[in-house]
Parts: sequence; C-alpha cells; structure tokens
Amino acid sequence: MNATVTPIKSETLVIVGNGMVGHHCIEQLIEQGALAQYQIHVFGEERQRAYDRVHLSEYFGGRDAESLALCEADYYTRHGVQAHLGVPVIAIDREAGEVVTTEGRLHYDKLILATGSYPFVPPIPGAEGNSRLVYRTLEDLDGIRAAAASAKRGVVVGGGLLGLEAANALKSLGLEAHVVEFAPRLMPVQLDDEGGAALKARIEALGVGVHLSRATQEIVAGEQYAYRMNFQDGEYLETDLILFSAGIRPQDALARACGLEVAPRGGVVIDSECRTSDPAIFAIGECASWNGNVFGLVAPGYTMARNVAAQLAGQPHAPFMGADMSTKLKLLGVDVGSIGDAHGATAGSKSYRYIDEATASYRRLVVSADGKTVIGAVLVGDNSYYDTLLQYAQNGIKLPAEPAGLILPAGEGAPALGADALPDTATLCSCHNVTKGAVCCQVDAGVTDLGELKAITKAATGCGGCAALVKQVFEHELAARGVSVDKSLCEHFAYTRQELYGIIRVEGIQSFEELLARHGRGHTGCDICKPAVGSILASCWNQPITDPLLIPLQDTNDTFMANMQKNGTYSIVPRIAGGEITPDKLIVLGQIAKKYDLYTKITGGQRIDLFGAQLHELPDIWGELIAAGFETGHAYGKSLRTVKSCVGSTWCRYGVQDSVGMALHLENRYKGLRAPHKIKFAVSGCTRECAEAQSKDVGVIATDKGWNLYVAGNGGMRPRHAELFATDLDDETLVRYIDRFLMFYVHTADRLQRTSVWRESLEGGLDYLKAVIIDDSLGLAAELESQMQHVVDTYECEWANAISDPEKLKRFRTFVNDHRADPDIHFVKEREQRRPARDAELHLIPAALEVN
Amino acid sequence: MTTATAPLKTAPATEWRALCSRADLVANSGVVAWLDGEQVALFHLPQTAEGEKVFAIANKDPKSGANVIGRGIIGHLNGDYVIASPLYKQHFRLEDGTCQEYPEQRLKVWPVRLNGDAVEVAIG
Ligand code: SRM
Ligand SMILES: Cc1cc2nc3c(=O)[nH]c(=O)nc-3n(C[C@H](O)[C@H](O)[C@H](O)COP(=O)(O)OP(=O)(O)OC[C@H]3O[C@@H](n4cnc5c(N)ncnc54)[C@H](O)[C@@H]3O)c2cc1C
Ligand code: SF4
Ligand code: FES
Repeated sequence: MNATVTPIKSETLVIVGNGMVGHHCIEQLIEQGALAQYQIHVFGEERQRAYDRVHLSEYFGGRDAESLALCEADYYTRHGVQAHLGVPVIAIDREAGEVVTTEGRLHYDKLILATGSYPFVPPIPGAEGNSRLVYRTLEDLDGIRAAAASAKRGVVVGGGLLGLEAANALKSLGLEAHVVEFAPRLMPVQLDDEGGAALKARIEALGVGVHLSRATQEIVAGEQYAYRMNFQDGEYLETDLILFSAGIRPQDALARACGLEVAPRGGVVIDSECRTSDPAIFAIGECASWNGNVFGLVAPGYTMARNVAAQLAGQPHAPFMGADMSTKLKLLGVDVGSIGDAHGATAGSKSYRYIDEATASYRRLVVSADGKTVIGAVLVGDNSYYDTLLQYAQNGIKLPAEPAGLILPAGEGAPALGADALPDTATLCSCHNVTKGAVCCQVDAGVTDLGELKAITKAATGCGGCAALVKQVFEHELAARGVSVDKSLCEHFAYTRQELYGIIRVEGIQSFEELLARHGRGHTGCDICKPAVGSILASCWNQPITDPLLIPLQDTNDTFMANMQKNGTYSIVPRIAGGEITPDKLIVLGQIAKKYDLYTKITGGQRIDLFGAQLHELPDIWGELIAAGFETGHAYGKSLRTVKSCVGSTWCRYGVQDSVGMALHLENRYKGLRAPHKIKFAVSGCTRECAEAQSKDVGVIATDKGWNLYVAGNGGMRPRHAELFATDLDDETLVRYIDRFLMFYVHTADRLQRTSVWRESLEGGLDYLKAVIIDDSLGLAAELESQMQHVVDTYECEWANAISDPEKLKRFRTFVNDHRADPDIHFVKEREQRRPARDAELHLIPAALEVN
Repeated sequence: MTTATAPLKTAPATEWRALCSRADLVANSGVVAWLDGEQVALFHLPQTAEGEKVFAIANKDPKSGANVIGRGIIGHLNGDYVIASPLYKQHFRLEDGTCQEYPEQRLKVWPVRLNGDAVEVAIG
C-alpha cells in the first residue's frame, strides 16, 4: 500500500492563453486556495512561459526572454499546475465539455479564456514578409531584429501608443525611423489636437519622421530602399521594413467558432462576473468585452483575473465594473499622460490649457460642469503632474480655488497634492489594486522597507507607473508614525554617502575596516558600500588607488585602472588634456595599438580609446605609454574625465580667449580628483560654444572681459543644460569658484549622483549654491579651497605608481600559475580591426587557433 | 579553509592539487589560477570572524560568458560571503556557488586549503 494521500481534485479547470492576465489568474488561484478543488491545465500558444509584455521593448535594450518571465521556471510544477506551452487550443467542444489541441482532447469543468489580442494589419496589397512585421510577442521582436540587420530605414504604420514605442525600438536598432498615421494627429485616442501637435514637435526633434493623414494604398518594390509605400494622394515613402501597429483586435476566434456571444466590435461578451454566455466559461483580459468595451491595458485584465480566481476559490469578490484607462508613458523619451475624459467629451465640461511652444509642452485639465472636480487631463512633455491629477480625478477630490494652478509650471501654481491629502480609499497602484489604506495597514504592521512593502502588496510591480507615488506615500506614512525613513546605503551602513563623508573627515578615518568597526554593521561589506567608501577615502586623503587598503574596495575598473569590456578584456584611455596632442604622441599611440593589436577609436571626449587588452598586457602597454609621456586618463574612475576644448583665439577668427590653454590648466589641476560620480568640463573660446560647455558639469565660456562659468550640466541619459553661475571672471577667480564648487559637491552629494541631479536636490536651488560658493554663506570657502589644494598637490599618475612597484604588478596576471592568455577570448576582424566575436561567430574560429 | 586534519583512513582518497603559493593571493580580493583547462578564481580573506578563509570558485560568469569572476568585489550579504560579478553585478555565494538573484545561475566550487605555503584545491 502506498501511504501518500493525493488530495482529490474533483474538477478540471482549463485556462486558454498563458499571457500576462492568464498567468496572473493562476497566481491568484494559487493564492486564494483554489488548487484544493481544481486540477489546473493551462495552454499557451507561445513557447515561452508568461512574460512581461508591458516591458517587451527592453528585449531590444539587452534584457533576455528569461529575465522578462513573470515567474520562476519551476513555479507551475511546484504548485501542481500543468502547463502545455507551445500548444494552441484549436477548438472548444462545449457539448462534450472538452478542449481540442494538437495533443488531443481534454475534459474541462470550468474554462477560462485569456487569449489576449492580436495586432491588426489592414489589408494592403503587397504587405508581406519584411513589409508586414508586427510588435506583440518575443518572436515578433526576433523577426524585427533579423529584418533590421540589413535595413537602413524603417516605417511604423500607426502613430498610437504602441506605434511610437515600436518606432523607438527601430531607432534603438540603429534605423532611421518614420511613423505614418492615418489620423491627423499622433495618439488620436489619448490626445487632443494640441497635445498631438506638441508630441509631434518633440518626436520630430528626435529625428523620427512623422507623416500624418496618410493612408497607404499599396506596397511595391522601391528604388532606393527595398519597398515603396504609395499613399492615397500620390505621395510615397521608401523603406527597408514596415511594421504595423494599427491597433489590436481581441483574439475571440475560439469563442466565435463555438458559438459564444461576441460583441459587435469584437471581444467575448462577459458580465460583471466575467462569465461568457456559457456559465462554465469565463473570459478575462484583452479578449473580453464588458459593456461593449475591450481594455488594452494590464490593470483591468488583472482585476478580471482576481475576480474569477476569487469566485472559483469561493472567496468574496467585487464585481468587475469597467476600468480606468488613464495612462502615463515615456515615448521616445517624451512624457505623455492621459487621464479620464481627455477630450472633454462630457457635456458641460470645461478645460484649462497650458501651452509652451518653446519647449513643446502641453497640458490640458478637463473639469466637470460644476467646476468642482477633475474629470480628465492630457499631458505632453512633463508627467510630474500626473500622479496628483489622477488622484484628483479618481477620488473626486475638490478642486482648489484656482484649478489652473494644477497644470501651471511648478512654483507658480497651487502646491501639489501631498501624500496626506489622499483619502485612504485612493488607489495608488491600479495594476494590483493597492490603496493608500492597504499601504498604511502594512506600515502599521511594522513594514519599514520599500522592497518588503512591494513584495507583500505587489504595489508597483506591474506596469511600474505608480512607483514614485507608492514610495512617496510609504515614506510619508513612516515619517508620520515617527519611523525614520531608511536611507541606508546598504545592509552594512545605516548612513547616506554624505553622512559617511562627514564621519570619515571628522574622525580622520583611514580605512574601510576602521569605518565598518566603528560605524557599520556585520562584516566584510559589499559591492555597494566598498566602492562608495573607497571613493570617499580617496577624495579625502588622496592615497593612490593602488594602495593595498583600497584595492579590495574598488570595482575592477579602478582596481586594474582600465575599463572592463563585455568579454573581460580592457580598454585603455590615456589622458589627452584638452584634446591637444602632438604628432609624435599620435604616432606612439598608433604604434602601440598596432603592436598589441588594439581596436582604436576616437572617443566622444576628444581622446583615443584602445580596446581589447588582456589583464597581463596592461602593465607592458602602460610602460610604453608612460615612456612616451602619457598619463592615465581616469576613464575608469568616478573622477575628472575630460576637459573638452575648442581651438579658441589662437587660431579661430572669432575666439576671444585662449580656450585650449585654459582647458589644459583646468584638466591638469583637477585630474585625479575622486568624486561621487564622474565630472566633465569644457571650455569654449567664444559664445559660438563649439566645445559644448553648457552640457558639462563645469562649463567655461570666454567673454571679451574674461570667463563665464556654467555649472551642473549633463549629457547622457537625462540631459540638462548647465546654469550660468558667474560672469566675466578673471582666471584666478574662476579657479577659486571651481575649487569650491567641486569640493562642496564631493562633500555633500549622494553616491553616484552627477552634479546635475545633486544641484536639483539642493534646497534653495541655484541661489543657495551661489550663496555658498560666491558669498561664502556657510564660512566653508577657505576649507574647501585648502582641501582641493591638498588633492592637487598630492596628484600622482596611478599607472606610473603601479608599474614602479613589483608587488602591485603581481595582480596583473591573467593566471597566477600560468603564462597563457585567456583562451576563451576570441576576436574577429571587422573594418580592418579586431573586435570581440559574437556567440554566433565562434564556429568561424578554428578550434586550434589561439588568438594572442 | 585553514590546514585540514589528516584524512581519515576510510574516506575516499581526495587528490589535493597545489595551484599557487600564498604570496600569489591578494588579501580581500581575488586572483585566477589555471587548472587543466579550467579557470579557478581564488579569494583570500585573511581575517574573518571564523578565522582565515580561502574560497575557490569557477571564473566564468554565466551571464556574460566572460572569465571575470576573479575580478569581482567580495561582500557579505544576507549572512553569506558572496562575490559580485564585475559586469552585471549579480552575487554568487562563495561557499556553494549559488546565485542570490538568479537561481538558474550556479558556479562550480572546489574544496580549498592552505597547506603551508601552498594553496591547494581538491580535484576529482
Ligand atoms: C568611450 C566613450 C564612447 C566613445 O567611444 O566615444 C564612452 C564609453 C563609456 N561610457 Fe560614456 N563614453 C564616452 C563619452 C560620453 C559622453 C560624451 C562626453 O563626455 O562628451 C557622454 C555624455 C556626456 C555626459 O556624461 O554628461 C557619456 C555618457 C555616459 C553615461 C551617462 C551619464 C549620465 O549622467 O547620464 C554613462 C553611464 C554612467 O556613467 O553611469 C556612460 C558610461 C560609459 C561606459 C563607462 C559604460 C560602461 O560601464 O562600460 C563606457 C566605457 C567604455 C570604455 O571602456 O572605455 N557614459 N559618455 C566616450 C569616452 C570619453 C572619454 O574620452 O573619456
Ligand atoms: C509593446 C507593448 C507595450 C505595452 N505597454 C503597456 C503599458 O505600458 N501598460 C499597460 O497597461 N499595458 C501595456 N501593454 C498591453 C499589455 O501587454 C496587455 O494589456 C496584456 O498583455 C494583456 O494580457 P492578456 O493576458 O489579456 O493578453 P496577452 O498577454 O496577449 O496573452 C494572451 C496569450 O494567449 C495566447 N493565445 C491566444 N490564443 C490562444 C489559443 N488558441 N491557445 C493557446 N494560447 C492562445 C497568446 O499566444 C498569448 O500568449 C503593452 C503591450 C505591448 C505589446
Ligand atoms: S559607449 Fe556609451 S553610448 Fe555607447 S554603448 Fe557604451 S555606454 Fe552606451
Ligand atoms: S499601477 Fe501598474 S504597477 Fe502600480
């Protein structure tokens, strides 16, 4: 006799579709205890188990299918759910109570349709293969990637939300992207005319072509590109690939074929219990139509999934009563938001509009006929207004006396709605239906960590749109209960970087161990606190980073004073101050690159990067570079990178000062300074600004009387113009201000905070910063200057220091017990230089051949 | 870990192979040794609450496919000694090679000891 008792599962529940909503339903069934009663089978047409379609585009940004999956690989088996992936359901036999698949028939007692939608492709003659791509599944994206490999230009048909996202994807694949829209404006569903116009202006500024009011008649072979799209008015556009994003249609084919009621505009008709016209069959997610509407967002689908799971588990549940279709997105880097009745279609509604043509920003606020509540809004260019407006709209919060204040630029209008103004019933996260009350409950139950809150309530783990609001409410509630908000650096230090900086300076702490013993928790540290403390120690005491005490603290880049690349080799960037270099030095760089077969590229920072050196080659290469008069360029460090210069008055007919001379002076003064993040400078010789100083942390522009100083600019992910800080400075004052500015930043900024973000976080803003630096309002100036002078006086080229010390060189060995190079590193030639081989190219390399 | 007791007679014979000398190790950091075609990252913690420790773990990062684990930062997280991969920063437990973030990633580990001046790993 077998002693194990298998619980009797009286009924079989079949779920058709393993997309986002189908998966969420299984999670809910498990959580609510329905497994005791049902044996669950799920069928998915896609081979991949349920994944995060909302973040599908990140698949092009480097995320792989596995990291997009919504659960761990063994989640279903662990809970006894039978998953049949890559197995579509072909038909439903309602009479027999069976689903039909390629694997055979399976009986069901209850059936849930979660088949989602499919992309609609209008019937245009000539649309096939690479001129008929769509954007919905991982497989679609693989197809697009393959098509893009040999393409220069790509067109997206459809200027809605998904179309713009797809255009961005084409752009990220290196294609020239165009959007063709049938309607006279972009995002016709969510935006009004002005909003659409503002969005168009912004998107065109990014180099994406926008073609409105265009209906494609046919697709024929092109002359310059593979295809030509002929429009109704005789115009045409040529392209190498065409991606359709002309809307989605509910996947209701199974339901139609088995005679379930289907809505006139498509979608399986459901009632408020998500039941179809057959009481044994439910439909949830994008395939369902409630009250004549289908919902193309995850949040309503999740609500339906919760509803059905609760019913089947015999738990109390709320009826499904439709859903809010408000959305907030970043499309091609442009904020777009749409709330409720964005078009002001409600009778008697009134609108307020804010238009800023200079920056192509647009905001519209739609209020009810009685002027008391917000019923809709449109935002283009700045979504910081979204959370507040959504709360006004969803919770019927009474409008302030001056409603326009809600959409006026910050500082001019009414104060934003604070976390305390929200009622407990306010929904913070619509994907997982988490209210402010639910967050308060967790805080009362002792939760003090945001990660824990997210794990328990799931808030902010769906589309992620609510993350900022959830954090704000959570921190506010903690503070209201007298719990100090945890700003700990990591599990070892309950301090911010700024606090640690203060402690290290004041107590004169010299090592990580000393700091950990006196002010930390646990032992050893981790990869968050070690580099942060290493950087503070270096900015305070300026020991060489090759010091044995610092070595274990640093990222590999700092440890080996070179930048690690994707295959484990390093790049080398010698300093070329101000971008000025002699022909002899250029020749040396060429000779060394040739000798070690290094891929050579001019960087965006006016210097030369040499790629592909292995660990054991670094000292030899640097030996030769140093002999030729080069120094380290700190491309690996959170430290001064480059001071970009333009040629200036020496040669240029417009130059009014010697910008190269000043750039060299500044770069040589601040090189080696360790900071919370990297620092970049530029010096331009006149207002034409060829060195782009206004996009740098420190920008200097010559005037006929001296120098204008700009600070806290940034390129990169979130560009920010530098702000004019002081004008017509003489050389000495300029340097004095920069000394103070940089040291004040080093003292007070957070870990990995560029000057731009730091400046934005300063209470009191630019005026405060001017008061501290120019007027010395804190009485710190002398100290800041002398600390900077210490750093300047103790500068030493880190590479020169390392190669003179055999003990330090010991670490530069690929293997400590063998002289060979890493045999797994393979290169191939491209455009006459070598580059890392891609996985797919490894078979091209003869097994016996060892590179290097 | 530190010098082991003499192997018990009945224990299956473990072959200890000397990879390098103690002087090749870098305190609180890693180096890499070659072992018959395999790459072994060796980490040395001269002083911990439990005394001196050495760990031996595979050098290949499963995420990037590059041989870089030996160049990561040592940490102590959630009660375990870990190594953070230098490219994408996921953490591997030095004790058993499992990954804290991605259960499907796992690194091979070798028993290791300091025998006089020699750093030895057990093979086979
Ligand atoms: C080599 C270079 C690209 C090139 O081939 O031109 C480059 C390469 C890298 N950049 Fe950059 N950036 C380079 C110029 C720039 C510029 C242009 C400039 O400096 O004028 C920018 C925008 C300006 C700015 O920083 O404000 C730039 C903005 C970034 C950012 C975004 C920073 C931000 O605040 O948003 C990162 C990511 C980061 O630092 O966290 C980054 C990070 C990187 C990293 C370190 C990425 C990484 O972790 O591997 C790359 C290192 C490559 C290497 O091993 O050498 N790089 N990077 C350029 C080196 C310049 C130099 O001579 O040192
Ligand atoms: C690029 C992109 C970005 C998006 N961004 C957002 C966003 O920011 N916010 C937001 O709320 N929503 C967004 N969405 C929409 C969101 O992804 C959908 O609302 C959500 O995935 C719907 O879930 P679902 O389970 O109903 O459908 P799906 O996730 O499409 O799942 C349906 C599944 O059923 C399978 N199936 C169909 N027929 C059968 C059959 N006969 N047998 C077996 N299996 C079958 C399909 O293959 C599919 O895997 C985005 C969508 C895309 C494509
Ligand atoms: S060099 Fe800069 S822009 Fe180019 S891939 Fe690297 S980080 Fe991105
Ligand atoms: S609203 Fe989507 S995650 Fe919270």
